[in-house]
Amino acid sequence: MTELMGTTGLILNEPLLWEKGKKGRCGFSLPKQDVEPSPLDPELTGEGPDFPDLSEVDVVRHYTRLSQWNFGLDTGMYPLGSCTMKYNPKTNERQASLPGFSGAHPLLPDTLSQGALRIMFELEQYLTEITGMDAATLQPAAGAQGELTGMLLVYAWHQSRGSRRSKIIVPDTAHGTNPSSAALCGYRPVAVKSNDKGILSAEVVSEVMDEDTAGIMITNPNTLGLFEENILEIADIVHSMGGLVYCDGANMNAVMGVAQMGKIGVDVMQLNLHKTFSTPHGGGGPGSGPVCVKKDLEPFLPVPRIVQKEGRYALDENRPDSIGKLQAFYGNFGVMLKAYCYIRTMGPENLKKASQFAVLNANYIKEMLKDTLHLPFDRPCMHECVFSDKNQTPDHITTLDMAKRLMDYGFHPPTIYFPLVVQGAIMVEPTETESKEDIDRYIEAFKAIVDEAKHDPDLLRQAPHKCKVRRLDETTAARKPCLAG
Amino acid sequence: MHYLPHTAEDIGSMLRVVGADTLDDLFSTIPDDCRLKADLDLPDPLTEWELNNHMEGLSCQMAVAPEYKLFMGAGSYEHFIPASISYLLGRSEFVTSYTPYQPEMSQGTLQAVYEYQTLAARLLGMEVATASHYDGATALTESLLMAIRITGRKRVAVSSLIHPLYRKTIRTYFEPSGYDVVELPYLENGTTDLGRVDELDDLAAVAVQSPNFFGCIEDLQKVGEKAHEKGAFFVPSFTEALAYGLLKNPGSYGADIACGEGQSLGIPLSYGGPALGMIATNKKYMRKLPGRLVGQTKDLDGRRGFVLTLATREQHIRREKATSNICTNNSLCALAAAMYMASLGRTGIRELARQNHDKAEYLKSQLKASGFNIPFDRPTFNEFVVEFPPGFEKTYERLLKKKIVPGLSISPFYPELANHYLLCVTETRSKEEMDELVRGLTIDNSKLRD
Ligand SMILES: Cc1ncc(COP(=O)(O)O)c(C=O)c1O
Repeated sequence: MTELMGTTGLILNEPLLWEKGKKGRCGFSLPKQDVEPSPLDPELTGEGPDFPDLSEVDVVRHYTRLSQWNFGLDTGMYPLGSCTMKYNPKTNERQASLPGFSGAHPLLPDTLSQGALRIMFELEQYLTEITGMDAATLQPAAGAQGELTGMLLVYAWHQSRGSRRSKIIVPDTAHGTNPSSAALCGYRPVAVKSNDKGILSAEVVSEVMDEDTAGIMITNPNTLGLFEENILEIADIVHSMGGLVYCDGANMNAVMGVAQMGKIGVDVMQLNLHKTFSTPHGGGGPGSGPVCVKKDLEPFLPVPRIVQKEGRYALDENRPDSIGKLQAFYGNFGVMLKAYCYIRTMGPENLKKASQFAVLNANYIKEMLKDTLHLPFDRPCMHECVFSDKNQTPDHITTLDMAKRLMDYGFHPPTIYFPLVVQGAIMVEPTETESKEDIDRYIEAFKAIVDEAKHDPDLLRQAPHKCKVRRLDETTAARKPCLAG
Repeated sequence: MHYLPHTAEDIGSMLRVVGADTLDDLFSTIPDDCRLKADLDLPDPLTEWELNNHMEGLSCQMAVAPEYKLFMGAGSYEHFIPASISYLLGRSEFVTSYTPYQPEMSQGTLQAVYEYQTLAARLLGMEVATASHYDGATALTESLLMAIRITGRKRVAVSSLIHPLYRKTIRTYFEPSGYDVVELPYLENGTTDLGRVDELDDLAAVAVQSPNFFGCIEDLQKVGEKAHEKGAFFVPSFTEALAYGLLKNPGSYGADIACGEGQSLGIPLSYGGPALGMIATNKKYMRKLPGRLVGQTKDLDGRRGFVLTLATREQHIRREKATSNICTNNSLCALAAAMYMASLGRTGIRELARQNHDKAEYLKSQLKASGFNIPFDRPTFNEFVVEFPPGFEKTYERLLKKKIVPGLSISPFYPELANHYLLCVTETRSKEEMDELVRGLTIDNSKLRD
C-alpha cells in the first residue's frame, strides 16, 4: 500500500451541550405573542426542563464538530455485511423534503392527500412486482417490525383456520430480530442448523416440521451470503404440514430481477427499504420494513389499506380480518418516498444490474482475499461473503483487531462476529455502488493488515490510532452505566 | 446509470477473477426453477430532471402550509422548524452512517444520542431515556410490555382517552400473547375515570395520556396514586411533547415509565412518519428497557467517549429472550429532537409552550363567545374539543375550500360524540388566522340556525 488513506484532519474537541451556553441565550426565532397571556393553573405548571441556553451559532458549531467525528457512507467505503450500505442518492433527499410531503398532516382528508396516497399505492405495486408477491403493506417502521407484522399475519391466518400453533422454525444463521420477533408473537423459535454448505437442507426441516409448527422463518439469500438452494423443497415440506414460509428479505439486494420469492414458495416477507432501496440509515434509523404477502394473507394486512378507484386514491379502514395497526399512522412515509424515487430512477434494468454488480463485487472480494483470510464456505456467494480470523489465531490477532485497524486505512470495518455460526466472522458486503478501485484498495488494506498481524501485532491490538478516540472501555460502560448527564 | 460505477472493462476483469463468463453465471447457485425468466414489469427509468417534475407534480397535490391553515393535531403537530436544524440534520456524516456499532468511528452520532437521552430525560423528569423508538404508539406498547415483564402480571388498564390509534397498536401487538387490555372510561370533565381500577386485579400497569386525546390535562397525581395502590406501574404517555415545556413533568408525579411521541420536537409532519418514540424510566429499571442505549465511558487514554451499552438486553445478543425485537430505530429523528431542544433552551421552550397554550385559550374563548359548546372543562394545552351544531359537515367542507382545516372529527373514534371536533392551535397560527376561522364558523352557524 503506497499511502494510508486514513489521516487525522483538524478535528476539534467539543464539550457536551450543557457544558456550553449561558442563561438567557436562545437559538430559536421565537414567534411574536399576538394574544393576551392566559395563565395556566399553577397546580399544573412546572418549572420547565433544565436545558442549556445556547445561541444558534453555538448549536451549529456543536453539531458540525460532532458530525466530523463520524464516518459515513459519503466519507468512504462502508462494507457492513447484512446492512447493504449502498450510495444514498441525493436527489431522493431533495424529493422527500418537498414541502408538499414534509408538511403533510396524516389525518387530512384523502381528497387533500392524493400525491402521498398515489406514491404509496404505486410503491406497494413496485414492491410486489420485485418480490413476485400479491399485495403489500408499507406500515412497518423497520425490518424487525416487518418481521413482527409477518408473524402476526401468520398467526392470524392460522387462527382463521381454527388452528393455533406454538412453534416456528428459525435457522441458526438468522439475524437476532427473527427469533425475537417470533417470540413477541408468542411463538417458540426452534433452531435448525445449516449444513456443511452453509445452507439449510430439506431433511433438517422435515425432521422438526410438525402440526404444532406455524411455519419457518428463512433468510434468503441467507446471512452467510448464500442462496438457500433447497427453498422449493423446504417450502413444500412446510406447506404440506399446514405451515407458512416467512422470508426475511433483508438481503434482497442480491436478487432483484433474478429471483422472485413469491414464485419459489414464500408466503410472506419483509423488505428493508433502508438497505435494498437505497434510503440512508441515519446513524441507526429511521428505516422502513414493508411486508409483501400472497393472496391468502391479504385480508389480514394492517389497516388502513390504500385503494384506488377511478383514478382517485383513498384509505380503507374497513377490513374486518385485519391484524390492526403497527404504529399510529401509515409508516415512515419520508423513507418510502426515497425508495419510490430510487425505483423510478433505476427502472427494471438498473435494479437488475445493481444486484448483478453487488454479487460481482462480493465474489471478487471473496476470490481476492480467500488466500489471505480464512473462508469457511468456499462457494459462489451472493451479495456478501463471510471470512473468519482462523488464519490469525497463531498471531493472537482477532477479528476485532483487524476491524479496528481498517479504520486507520480509512475504511469502515465489515460486520464482525455475525453470523454466530462462524467463529470470529468477518462479513463483507461491498454493494454495487463501490468502484473497482475502491474495492481494490480495501483488498490491499486487508492484505497489509494481515501482514502487520504477523510482524507488528501490537499495532493492531492498539488500533485504531487515527480516530477521534482510541478503543473505549465497554465493560465499565455496561457495569456502571452512565446514560444521562 | 450514474450510481453504478462499473465500466465494461471493470466488469470483464472482475468476472475473470471470479471465474465467470457472464454476469448471469454469477447466479449459478440459484436453481434454474427459482430463476426469474422475464424482466421485471416496472416503469422505465426517469432522469433526475424528469423525477423533479414528477415529484413536484405529486407534491402539489398535497394540502400543506402556508397555503392551508391547519387547526388539526391529534398526534401530529405543525410547529416551526428552524433552518439551522434541517441544515445540520442534512449533514451526510449523520445521515449516511449506520448504527454506531464501531464507536471509534461514530463518536458524533454517539455523543449526539447521549445528549438526546439526557435532554429527553430532563424534559420528562426521569433519570434515563432510550435512544429512540419508532413512534409514540410503539413506545407506549413497548412500555406496557416492559411493565408486564417486570411485574409478571398480564393485564393493563388503558385510558380510553389515550390516542385511539395508539390503543389499536397496543391491541395488535398483544393479540397473540393474550394480554388483557382493560379500557377505562372517561368522566364528564374530559379526564379518565379511574373508578374501575379498584375492581381490577393482577394489574401490570395503568396508562393514561396527558394532555389526553381531548387535549385535557389529566390529574396525574391521582392516577399515579391509584396505580401504585394496586402495585401497578404508572405509565403516563403523551402525543405532544412540547407540553412539558410548561406542564409539570411525568417524573414529578412519580411515573415509572414515561413514554410517547416526540414529533413536535423539530420533526416535520411528513404524513405521519418518521416520527420519534420516546421512553424514559428510572435507573432501577434501566436494565429492563427495550431498545438501544448510549452510555458514557473512557478510551485507553482516559478521554471521554461514548458507546452503545447494556446490549445484553437486545435481540442480537439475547435473541428470543430480548427485551424487544427493535434493531433499526429512529435515530436521526432523535438527533433532530436534540437539536431542537438545544436551540430552544430552557428559556425558549417555556416561552414557546406558553404561546401554544395561550393561543389555544384565545381560540377557545372566541368560540365560546360565539356560542359554541366546549364540552370538557378541564384545562387544556394546545388542543381542545368543540361541539359544533348538527349539519356541521357542510361548514367543514366550505372551510376546506377556503383552505382552512377546522380540526378533526372525533365521532369515528367516539360515536357518542357526534359533531365533536378536536381543534389544535400551535405557535404557527396567528390571531388573525384564528379570527378568520371563527368568522367562517359563525357565518355558517348563524345560517344553520336560521
Ligand atoms: C438479515 C437481517 N434481518 C433483519 C434485520 C433487521 O432489520 P431492522 O434493523 O431494519 O429492524 C437486519 C438488519 O439489521 C438484517 O441484517
